[in-house]
Amino acid sequence: MFPYSKYLRTNRLPHIWCTGCGCGIILKAMLRAVDRSGIDRNTLIFVSGIGCSSRTPGYIDFDTLHTTHGRALAFATGIKLAKPEMKVIVLTGDGDACAIGGNHFIHAARRNLDLTVILYNNRIYGMTGGQPSPTTPYGEKGTTAPYGSIEPSFDVCRLAAAAGAVFVARSTCYHATQLDKLILKAMNIKGFSLVEILSPCPTYYAHLNRLGTSLDLLMGYKRNSIPVEKARRLDPSELKDKIVTGVIYKTERPEYFEEYHKLQQGITENGRLR
Amino acid sequence: MNRNQLNIRLMSGNEACAEAALIAGMRFFAGYPITPSTEIAEILSRRLPKVKGVFIQMEDEIASMASVIGASLAGVKSMTATSGPGFSLMQENIGFAIMAEIPCVVVNVQRGGPSTGLPTNPAQGDVMQARWGTHGDHPAIVVAPGTVNQVFEWTIKAFNLSEYYRIPVIMLLDEIVSHINEKVILPDPSSLAIINRKHTTKMPGEYIPYQNNANMVPEFIEFGLGYHYHVTGLSHDESGFPTNTPGIVNKLIRRLNDKIEKHRHQIIKLKTEFVDDADTFIIAYGSTARSAHFVARMNRAKGIKIGFIQPLVLWPFPGKEIADIVKNAKSIIVPEMNLGQLSHEIECACARPVISVNRVDGNMITPEDILERL
Repeated sequence: MFPYSKYLRTNRLPHIWCTGCGCGIILKAMLRAVDRSGIDRNTLIFVSGIGCSSRTPGYIDFDTLHTTHGRALAFATGIKLAKPEMKVIVLTGDGDACAIGGNHFIHAARRNLDLTVILYNNRIYGMTGGQPSPTTPYGEKGTTAPYGSIEPSFDVCRLAAAAGAVFVARSTCYHATQLDKLILKAMNIKGFSLVEILSPCPTYYAHLNRLGTSLDLLMGYKRNSIPVEKARRLDPSELKDKIVTGVIYKTERPEYFEEYHKLQQGITENGRLR
Repeated sequence: MNRNQLNIRLMSGNEACAEAALIAGMRFFAGYPITPSTEIAEILSRRLPKVKGVFIQMEDEIASMASVIGASLAGVKSMTATSGPGFSLMQENIGFAIMAEIPCVVVNVQRGGPSTGLPTNPAQGDVMQARWGTHGDHPAIVVAPGTVNQVFEWTIKAFNLSEYYRIPVIMLLDEIVSHINEKVILPDPSSLAIINRKHTTKMPGEYIPYQNNANMVPEFIEFGLGYHYHVTGLSHDESGFPTNTPGIVNKLIRRLNDKIEKHRHQIIKLKTEFVDDADTFIIAYGSTARSAHFVARMNRAKGIKIGFIQPLVLWPFPGKEIADIVKNAKSIIVPEMNLGQLSHEIECACARPVISVNRVDGNMITPEDILERL
């Protein structure tokens, strides 16, 4: 068995997550990825916002920063620019990154600063008791959408790719063994990388929408997932309500601090670029 | 020193603020364009890359404040500069910096408000926001220089206070102080006292990030050195982890406030002139102190016993100190470009009414405005 306790603040356990929550699956996958990366753990910094996902840093034994709602990427930007030799990983949720932090999310992707974002998407605000988020599917219920949401939802991966991310991947908590591989790939990218992970919220999302247990949600992920290679051969109409998994998008673009560093190096005493 | 050896420059308040910040060791600036503070960002965007520092224009003031805190936590002295609307957006993360005890300097060049108000005109309407803008019971250090020389001096002091007490320090400038050009005698940087946050000498494993000590300011260590500690805006215990145990939360909130209140005598600073035999006092801060000082000098020349008091630190409020100076006054005049925000504090501290001279029309308070009420 993988020695998780090596990376855990075991004295902070038990955690606050509900039985059947996907946060633990993601946490474990992330620790496996960190271990396999071989990165010196003293050079890793984890930053989170607010919400269920964002409680993860409290349980892992690294330098960890639990910030304000939606702002994790902006705090992470300051850390990374002050210490570019650090690997900064941002842990966030669908409400944190796509609603209150939506502006920071698209601008961090646009700058292409070297940050790895792991976005736990449970399609609901769990910490506050089950309100609809920007990723709640149309028609589904939350405590402030008692008749079903009348808003369309974000495709987080398309949003990130359009904004400028250089690596975008998606998977689910059912595909636990795929998660650490995708997270590791994202960590090895120089630039803004995103891994979106569908994560079950049995307490609110499944309960309010009569979708059964956490296991039912996980089996739903299994049924509805299509690997991206296969999805590319299908007509878009066949992908309705499907979860496309794998590396969705990958490109190369100059990384922000590399550009800034050139500026620092290229400036002469009289202020002109060489 | 020979006059030719002095480093004399004509500069604006915003320029003096940027230059002094660099001398104080500031190497990270994040901001968002907003009148009348923008020159600070413009100057630093040119200067910081040359000294291996970082300038970044963020997507808004919320992000600016957040990245300033991130950089400071990574060990770099950091600042931002803004005006009213941006200062409103920063309140959320100013509260985080207070709670997590991350040093930084926030410059607010005041303009007319509320809302978008008067972008190009001066005001002093953010005195109470600077003290109470973020939610919850919290401490604050707010400085308000009135001349370009004072901006230079108090920018360095703002960093020193911030570093020493591990608290965001607010600099309340106003459109006049920021845009006026004055002669500044630049001190030899080596002659200036620069304070840096106290780093722990403890080893990883022994370090307790929010451990109380004699001066109530926990020892700092930057992220990235293997200490593996946790920082949160939640109420936390000395180890830095969240708690809602009443006794621990009570201790934390009281320490955060006492850390500033119990050291108020080391923080506050009053500039006084002609006060010893005065029976009438003018108390003014920021650019309004300029008109107040002019009136005091002019009337002294005529033999009128008038005294001048300029609080350079507005919060913690120097109430007791002001009350002590003005205890035998016949009248106290408080001019300010708002509807009496500091007048009210002075009335409370002195337990007597004051004559409040106010303007909220986007114009400075002139000596004539004060003379009318003398």
